[in-house]
Amino acid sequence: MLARTAANLYWIGRYMERAEFTTRLIEATIRLDSLSPHTLSSQTWRSALAVVGGDATADVGSDFTASRARTYLTVDQGNANSIKCCVSLARDNAKGARNRLTQEVWEAINRTWTTLRDRSNPGGIQGTVALLEEIKAEARGFEGALQHMLRTEANWFMRLGTMIERADNTARLLDVKYYLLLPEGQEVGGPLDRDQWMTLLHVVSGQGAYRLLYKQAIQPWLVADLLVYRRELPRSLVSSAARSAALLARIGNVSGRQGEADRLARRRLDRIEANDIDGLIQRGMHEVLQQFIDENAELDRAIARQFRFP
Amino acid sequence: MPRSRPFDELWGLELAGSPREGFETLARWLEDTPGAELARRQQSAEAAFRSLGITFAVYGDDQAAERIIPFDILPRIFSAREWERLTAGLEQRVRAINAFIDDIYGARKIIADGVVPADIVLANSQFCAPVAGAKPPHGIYAHICGIDLVRTGADEFFVLEDNARTPSGVSYMLENREAMLRLCPELFELLPVQPVDAYPELLRDTLYSVSPSQSREPIAVLLTPGHYNSAFYEHSFLADKMGIELVEGQDLEVDDDIVWMRTIEGRVRVDVIYRRIDDAFLDPLIFRADSVLGMPGLLAAYLAGNVALVNAPGTGIADDKAIYSYMPEIVRYYSGEESKLQNVETWRCREPDALKYTLERLDQLVVKLVDGSGGYGMLVGPTATKKQIEDFRAALIAEPHRYIAQPTLALSTVPTFTEQGIAPRHVDFRPFVLTGASSVTIVPGGLTRVALREGSLVVNSSQGGGTKDSFVLDGVQDG
Repeated sequence: MLARTAANLYWIGRYMERAEFTTRLIEATIRLDSLSPHTLSSQTWRSALAVVGGDATADVGSDFTASRARTYLTVDQGNANSIKCCVSLARDNAKGARNRLTQEVWEAINRTWTTLRDRSNPGGIQGTVALLEEIKAEARGFEGALQHMLRTEANWFMRLGTMIERADNTARLLDVKYYLLLPEGQEVGGPLDRDQWMTLLHVVSGQGAYRLLYKQAIQPWLVADLLVYRRELPRSLVSSAARSAALLARIGNVSGRQGEADRLARRRLDRIEANDIDGLIQRGMHEVLQQFIDENAELDRAIARQFRFP
Repeated sequence: MPRSRPFDELWGLELAGSPREGFETLARWLEDTPGAELARRQQSAEAAFRSLGITFAVYGDDQAAERIIPFDILPRIFSAREWERLTAGLEQRVRAINAFIDDIYGARKIIADGVVPADIVLANSQFCAPVAGAKPPHGIYAHICGIDLVRTGADEFFVLEDNARTPSGVSYMLENREAMLRLCPELFELLPVQPVDAYPELLRDTLYSVSPSQSREPIAVLLTPGHYNSAFYEHSFLADKMGIELVEGQDLEVDDDIVWMRTIEGRVRVDVIYRRIDDAFLDPLIFRADSVLGMPGLLAAYLAGNVALVNAPGTGIADDKAIYSYMPEIVRYYSGEESKLQNVETWRCREPDALKYTLERLDQLVVKLVDGSGGYGMLVGPTATKKQIEDFRAALIAEPHRYIAQPTLALSTVPTFTEQGIAPRHVDFRPFVLTGASSVTIVPGGLTRVALREGSLVVNSSQGGGTKDSFVLDGVQDG
């Protein structure tokens, strides 16, 4: 396979996943916003922007409103991480790798783009929610189309991109909640704190999983346990790490290329598996998650080198 | 020129009479199939194209993301005898084209012998000086030619243009057939239609046959300008069908005059490049320095004999319209025979008498840019407005050497599905001629373009043209 094609496929996976994650993040934030006291609205949206990272908060600027933040995250062309920009970039990459995609996969990406193409404003709360629902439906179409693809390198590179992106997103989400969320004057374990943890579960579609696995009221360390260590949750860090390592191994079997990326991926998986939530809390959640995010970025660079991405 | 009824390929010269000999079956099918049924099938043609995954994506334009060129379900048919005559003429012409190009970039005997004037070749914008002296494998330059033909009578075929650079449209030939098999399956039981689906394989064989290295399994790639190109769909389609990589310039590198492609497994040596980018963009070191589509050093690798380019650079000289006017002489010079396919009578406006003749009859003639294509830069006198004619007159007087003039031909018609029912519409035809190391091959079929507007002679898709399937019947049980 051409190195450029592999890079195109990998980035389709990353951008589509990023778009879906941001969709869920906005959805959950709208929910949290409506549960929280009105005075905390801007605080709630600032934390969503912090998850997205980069200069998001600065970009949105001083005249900060919830509506401005929603626009910024959904359709702002100036925000390279807005859903619209991610889907547009995914589609550009799909065009470059068109002959490696099934008609279904291409159409799923193209349809997602069509829902966003002419939007420069997500509308009010209702409008935004409707738009997010549409995008989620299209994202499920993309997932489904991937399932039906032949299991060859094309599929594996897209999924590898998905897994690397997913690991980054989940780690950021957890880190932001842990590190900076609770506004002053709000009590740990109070209603807002509880709502925030629920929101976080919502973003990774983990409410059901939480109830099923722990059978008790929301406890921060159990949410962290779920998001980091539980294989049952597809969006957990251990799941993403395990899938990344497995996909690299498969690609290696076919292409004959194994190297630094494989080593990094396996080492990361081994370390997560050798640890548990108690150890994590002891070493400091923020430090561990920051390290994970850095290593994920390093793995991304190693993949690009190993497969000679242009 | 007096305008009589044009020749119809099904009905001959009498639209209401009996069909031409050998075409009775199709006429009966047309008669027996209820109009509503045909209408239903015509309407589902677009859906069939979409569900087959055949969409001609115009990627550059977000609004018109996927467009389908109108397809007409009534086929155009060639009898075995007609096809045999056509292919003999096509093979003769393409062999002459290759001999001519080889001569022009080599010994230039045809110029020395005074058959073609030196300036029309050497001062031609299509003449590619950097490849003079090149020795492409087997002396083949134009491996893939699309020869545009028109017809005015039962036995009158004319060559309108020789496309010897990177002719496109072959994907329509293949996909129109797929659509017909789905939409009108009974026609293939009624008529012994020769299949066209071997084309991608024959093309791949052609590519492999000209590989400079015959000692190892050749690696061939298709070089595309990328997905913004309007023919990208065809590039991707053909690469897919041939099972070869679809590459862009950035996927290739030249090292010590050897071409490599960058894959996830490492560098892989490339032997044959089926390039779908124009000469001007192939190699920024030699041609356009601002080109990012090709790759630096490609031409040196080609001249060193380490890679075959299909078609070879420099073939544009053979599809220039000024050269076209010499084709009968060129064919005679290299084959020693009279040309089996006729040229359309052509006035070269660079010659004062021809210019005078043309200017006096602008309302009757077709005037074309010598290096134009796609129906642009063209005046169709009989259907042009006064203003268009006067604008063209000015352009012609300013730069006469850039134009040729031809009579307006009464192009043949084929029954076509229109909003007013089945009606005759003008067509042309582009068969694809493959020249490999040991043979010239012509798949029995091609691209029939049809001018969907009543009376229109312009078949280009950019100007209201559509396409039809082209049936070539097997000889054993004609008709």
